Amino acid sequence: MFLKEYFKTVYQTISSLLTGMRLTGYYFTHTKEIITQQYPETKPVLADRFRGEVIMPHNETNEHRCTGCTACELACPNGTIKIVTKNEINAEGKKKKAIDTFVYRLELCTMCNLCVQACPSDAIIMSNAFEHSVYDRRLLTKVLNKPGSKIMEGVE
Amino acid sequence: MLEELGTNDQGDMIINVGPQHPSTHGVLHLVITLHGETVKKVEPHLGYIHRSIEKMSESLSYRQFSYVTSRMDYLSSHINNHACALAVEKGLQLEIPGRAQYIRVILDELTRIASHQLWWGALAMDLGAFTPFFYSFREREMINEVMEETCGARLTMNYIVPGGVMFDLHPDFQKKVKIFLAEFKSKIHEYNELVTGNIIFQNRTKGVGYISKENAISYGMTGPSGRGSGFKCDVRKLHPYELYDQLKFEEITEEGGDAFARYMVRIREMEQSMNIIEQLIDNIPEGDFQAKTKAVLKLPKGDFYSRVETARGELGVYIVSEGGTTPYRIKYRSPGFSNLSALNDLAVGGKLGDLMATMGTLDLVIPDIDR
Amino acid sequence: MFSLEKLVSIIQAWLQSTLRDPWAYVVVCVMVGVAAIALFAILGLMLVYMERKVAAHMQIRLGPNRVGPMGLFQTTADTLKLVMKEGLTPDGADKFLFNLAPFMVMIAAMLILAPIAFAKNFQIWDISIGVLYVAAVSSVAVIGILMAGWSSNNKYSLLGAMRSAAQIVSYELSAGLSILAIVILSGSLKISDIINSQADGWWIIKGHIPVIIAFIVFIIAVTAETNRAPFDLAEAESELTAGFHTEYSGMKFALFFLAEYINIFIGCAIGATIFLGGWMPFHIGNWEAFNHVMDFIPSSLWFIGKTVFLIFLIMWFRWTFPRLRVDQLLNLEWKYLLPISMVNLLVVTLMAIMGWHL
Ligand code: SF4
Ligand code: SF4
Repeated sequence: MFLKEYFKTVYQTISSLLTGMRLTGYYFTHTKEIITQQYPETKPVLADRFRGEVIMPHNETNEHRCTGCTACELACPNGTIKIVTKNEINAEGKKKKAIDTFVYRLELCTMCNLCVQACPSDAIIMSNAFEHSVYDRRLLTKVLNKPGSKIMEGVE
Repeated sequence: MLEELGTNDQGDMIINVGPQHPSTHGVLHLVITLHGETVKKVEPHLGYIHRSIEKMSESLSYRQFSYVTSRMDYLSSHINNHACALAVEKGLQLEIPGRAQYIRVILDELTRIASHQLWWGALAMDLGAFTPFFYSFREREMINEVMEETCGARLTMNYIVPGGVMFDLHPDFQKKVKIFLAEFKSKIHEYNELVTGNIIFQNRTKGVGYISKENAISYGMTGPSGRGSGFKCDVRKLHPYELYDQLKFEEITEEGGDAFARYMVRIREMEQSMNIIEQLIDNIPEGDFQAKTKAVLKLPKGDFYSRVETARGELGVYIVSEGGTTPYRIKYRSPGFSNLSALNDLAVGGKLGDLMATMGTLDLVIPDIDR
Repeated sequence: MFSLEKLVSIIQAWLQSTLRDPWAYVVVCVMVGVAAIALFAILGLMLVYMERKVAAHMQIRLGPNRVGPMGLFQTTADTLKLVMKEGLTPDGADKFLFNLAPFMVMIAAMLILAPIAFAKNFQIWDISIGVLYVAAVSSVAVIGILMAGWSSNNKYSLLGAMRSAAQIVSYELSAGLSILAIVILSGSLKISDIINSQADGWWIIKGHIPVIIAFIVFIIAVTAETNRAPFDLAEAESELTAGFHTEYSGMKFALFFLAEYINIFIGCAIGATIFLGGWMPFHIGNWEAFNHVMDFIPSSLWFIGKTVFLIFLIMWFRWTFPRLRVDQLLNLEWKYLLPISMVNLLVVTLMAIMGWHL
């Protein structure tokens, strides 16, 4: 009786171990199952919605849609966005608030998308760039409106 | 003083496990009193990753505060966001559209599966087997891809927002989820072959880290850890939120109370989660994905509590509002904290190796404990 | 046909013709020493590479693939990194023992190399008590591990070293007993005799079930003696961070690392020699043509092939199983392996007396 139990344990042990080894052995011999990507050579295809960085799209004539309303600055939970506005005289000679610099500090951003949601004029979007490493931390503080850019016609 | 010298007056050895240690999965610091290899006392020291999320939330608006909770139990970030959204919706007395409810529940369950998969790999790693980790990541990656397409993030989602969800589903969502379900079902036998059935694994976990149902209740253990002791504590059943009262699923409990029971609860829970997703995935109703809300949310004076079942147990969100745009006080009842409090009870008398098995099956996420 | 035996005899003849007698011996000794160290370095690099590739493929990864073709030079680069790192000695450590320990482990590993027959008539020292020598020297390594654990002045190291001592001392028994089974069958302790006794078939085939049992016990014991998963309690990453070599860095760490792989190689080489016929080609009864083809493969290749097969087996274990607990480890030895191998030894003795194995 004791011996029977004893050998049963031995048998169960060996068979359970062999089942595991069969599985790892299967993957060892089937190299087509390998799932890793060779990163710098084959870049991952990221989904369109992937939130990698806040950007401000400009059109061909260097115009953006930002009115400088600072809704995004208020929506951001961690002070990533700083907007400096200026007063511009437009064609009709009226004074109008416009954006001077849109400072975006990538190192603080948590990609929560709240600023994009808050923007009333769809001036900023999330891009799916994900390779953000730089050698100098200062490079992470970005100005999103390009130099010399103007607000698009008709955006209020 | 003696403790600093590394031994106490009974000649026991006192060792520090952590704050940097391979099997604490984060910066948990355990002070362990060892007699030979036998654990005599475990004393968790917390605070290494305390970010004062609760205090911070007091200065954030009701739209902003929930993104931080993704960083608490980062493996169930959807569910954490969900809990916050529920609390805010309670305050606003907001009805959320059916479509959003469906999306929320499906994503919650996907998160639960992903979390359990990672836990499975990490537990095996704690016990010294490295390979399972990679197999679990393979399937988890499919979930991550689904999340990435729909939510735009892979870990810290901030997708469930007060009023519904942030975006509509990606057109491929249903197809991809179904592919995942089929794939995962065809692979789950590997989990059992490699780990569950393995004799070494069974010996390492059976009878290890035992806690009785009474003790589990008095420590406030919830989630799979509590259910492993037979404590019926599934918030989805007890206090159903969203669609859970209309769904057919089983509350998994095991009577063992040991590490193996907790392990089995999680393995079987993954199947239940798949079951839930299957019930929902084909009948997501059309319609809005977000209820109409004001740009600035204001909660009426009062306090609001919501509870959800995360992958680790019951998460409670308690908001005290003074009627302003920011909460007056927020308190999170995180599952990890209560589960950790039982660790001393579970580990005493076991070997040092058992401690790792116990901690592994408690499924601790340290940022959840420290907040 | 390539043969190490010829190479050796050519070199020896040339040395003896050019140098006077004592000098010829000195030169031979130096050459052997250099060859052994070179072999160690190459073996270490190749085995680490192999381990990483095996692990990667079992884990559905690619493994090293950047440095050199297919990542072949990855381990060389890693070694270079280790060499250039600072070798720290912790403040409270026993400096002398701390620095001595890696060399102890390494020397113990090197010593066992002596009686191993790499090819036909290619052996450093065909000592008459070869098997006994191997069993004796292999237990010296545990002293090095104990030294490392004790002198590091670190509780993790100490625990690791204690575990390791308990483990190696107990698994030595079953390893020894399973080797004894073959010693009984072949009637000699000398490695070359054991190999020659397998000319008409390897012991694992000739010896029927008892030898297969002995072989399995031996493989388990070797895995345990080399502190490999699932018996890697001395290092037990998730429990003791790195066990007995927690405090080591730089080249001293590299020596421990190297010694681990050398020990695996030696354990497997002994296993291949004793159970799988060493450099003996695979022969089937009186199929002359087949046997002739088998003879055509150089004997060194036979030896390396068998050893690599066993090494692969041990790596396969490591990347499949979880780790045992310390009491289970000892249970396995004292409750299962030891009784089984003792009974097995009796059966083998009976077999040898009755001559059933032929
Ligand atoms: S994504 Fe979030 S953190 Fe980043 S800038 Fe926008 S609101 Fe701020
Ligand atoms: S980006 Fe949008 S929200 Fe921010 S200042 Fe410009 S217009 Fe306003």
